[in-house]
Amino acid sequence: MSEGHSTYTPKTGIERWFDARLPLPRLVYDSFIAYPVPRNLNYAWTFGGILAIMLVSQIITGIVLAMHYAADTSLAFDSVEKIMRDVNSGWLLRYLHATGASFFFVAVYVHIFRGLYYGSYKAPRELLWILGCIIYLLMMATAFMGYVLPWGQMSFWGATVITGFFSAIPLVGEWIQQLLLGGFAVDNPTLNRFFSLHYLLPFMIAGVVVLHVWALHVVGQSNPTGIEVKSKTDTVAFTPYATIKDAFGMIVFLFFFAYFVFYIPNFLMAPDNYIVANPLKTPAHIVPEWYFLPFYAILRAITFNIGPINSKLGGVICMFGAIVMLFLVPWLDTSKVRSAVYRPWYKLFFWLFVADAILLGWLGSQPAEGSYVFMAQMATLFYFAFFLVALPVLGLIETPRRLPNSITEAVLEKNKGGGGHPAGATAAPETKG
Amino acid sequence: MSATDTQDPNRRDFLYVATGMATVVGAGAFAWPFIDQMRPDASTLALASVEVDVASLTPGMSLIVKWRGKPVVVRNRTEQEMKDGEAVKLTDLKDPIARNANLPADAPATDANRTTPGKEAWMVMVQVCTHLGCIPLGQEGDFGGWFCPCHGSVYDTAGRIRKGPAPENMAVPVFKFISDTKILIG
Repeated sequence: MSEGHSTYTPKTGIERWFDARLPLPRLVYDSFIAYPVPRNLNYAWTFGGILAIMLVSQIITGIVLAMHYAADTSLAFDSVEKIMRDVNSGWLLRYLHATGASFFFVAVYVHIFRGLYYGSYKAPRELLWILGCIIYLLMMATAFMGYVLPWGQMSFWGATVITGFFSAIPLVGEWIQQLLLGGFAVDNPTLNRFFSLHYLLPFMIAGVVVLHVWALHVVGQSNPTGIEVKSKTDTVAFTPYATIKDAFGMIVFLFFFAYFVFYIPNFLMAPDNYIVANPLKTPAHIVPEWYFLPFYAILRAITFNIGPINSKLGGVICMFGAIVMLFLVPWLDTSKVRSAVYRPWYKLFFWLFVADAILLGWLGSQPAEGSYVFMAQMATLFYFAFFLVALPVLGLIETPRRLPNSITEAVLEKNKGGGGHPAGATAAPETKG
Repeated sequence: MSATDTQDPNRRDFLYVATGMATVVGAGAFAWPFIDQMRPDASTLALASVEVDVASLTPGMSLIVKWRGKPVVVRNRTEQEMKDGEAVKLTDLKDPIARNANLPADAPATDANRTTPGKEAWMVMVQVCTHLGCIPLGQEGDFGGWFCPCHGSVYDTAGRIRKGPAPENMAVPVFKFISDTKILIG
């Protein structure tokens, strides 16, 4: 699928004029109309498109919210309440933005787990995967800084705890922390720089997304069988097949999103954040937003010193290490077979890993005491064991199931088994021989 | 090509290296203001010291002042609290270092070293948990000192860590009594 021949033929004079000067219509045609996609993509593959519209939605709602927001500790909290009560449609825009952040993460987690399940990170898609990991990191930084802006209790104490991670670094930690805060504690300079960066980072995400999509279009999409596209019969044209499937996936996703925005907009928010930030009083129970909970649980699981590394630094190292693991996945997985569909043992460990990540998330929301600490330690151990032991070892000892010779064969085989559709049925174009 | 061109190192090599070095130094010098502006500014540093009137504090009373954006507790300890603090053996402490900015960095964490000479009843301390920066609650927990509700760290009557995930004793800032009833912090 790399580059390939462009099948674009300009029809009108204007198109020819453009094509000779800036072949933008050609790029769009080749990328989103004629672009060949594997015929067997399932709905897990629609989340890339869903993520794209979530990013656009976040940028648009964010830009208009910034027109009403004041980044000053004495004004920030009130300006958010003003958006909610006085600004026309302000409540809707803010709920779209706040709930949108959560749904952005819902989509990105499905997207990441899909990549892990189908081995989408394997050669030649390592860079594609790493660019995705970078987007994920940028998303986390953006979400964290955005959460500080309403200047509620959770904003303030979340920022205190997270910037506190850097103070764990030996020697230069304190200096770095003051550099981030612009003072000795979270205060006005912190709020100002977070607002500035919160506005900048989404555009950096958009930039990396361009590279991500570029890399995707060079190597072509992976697919549920993990077998490379071998002939023209393995693919269908992006338009109408993928566009319609993506559009349907988006609509279903947006149904759920709209339900949260209109009916339970505060479901994913901490009530404490509707109390204005008070630097002299910590809320009884600090929890980050749900999408950070697994990492928060890992941070708190390290309650013991490891040699010269004290418990605090150890926790921070493990938390960042949990993300570093994702970057290393293409080289940790030794299996020659991509898809978990043909890897019985990997499939088992994958689902255990999903359960482990959910368990860590739940533990992150619980107080760090009693048996929760021990459970978090075990879950953390499994998290790292999945990457550092299961991925390399399974690839060496596992006997994969027989792989079909091609995507077409896999599709037709599956269809035969299930009774199938009448030949040529328009409802299932992927099954057309 | 003349013979002198092949001598190694020649004049041109020197020019390349010198140009490269100048570029690196220039880029660094240009980048520095962009990093430097992020550090605490003059108005933040100007708040680096506060004066506190403690005349109204009878034993068993505390007050909290904001210093560098953080709460500093000034506590006039009771006889019992001081006795409890002195009774603790250094070997029982998780962090045996005083963490007192008025003393050498390796001073042991005795009760006296956590306070100032002649004013041992007075605890002046940054009331910020050394774990992840929460504000502990005063006169709570198993040791009658401070208790952090975030992750369960327990401090004794001299603000020393006794139990829980926090790695260090709470910090004693630079301070002095400028009169019998006035303290200068910072």
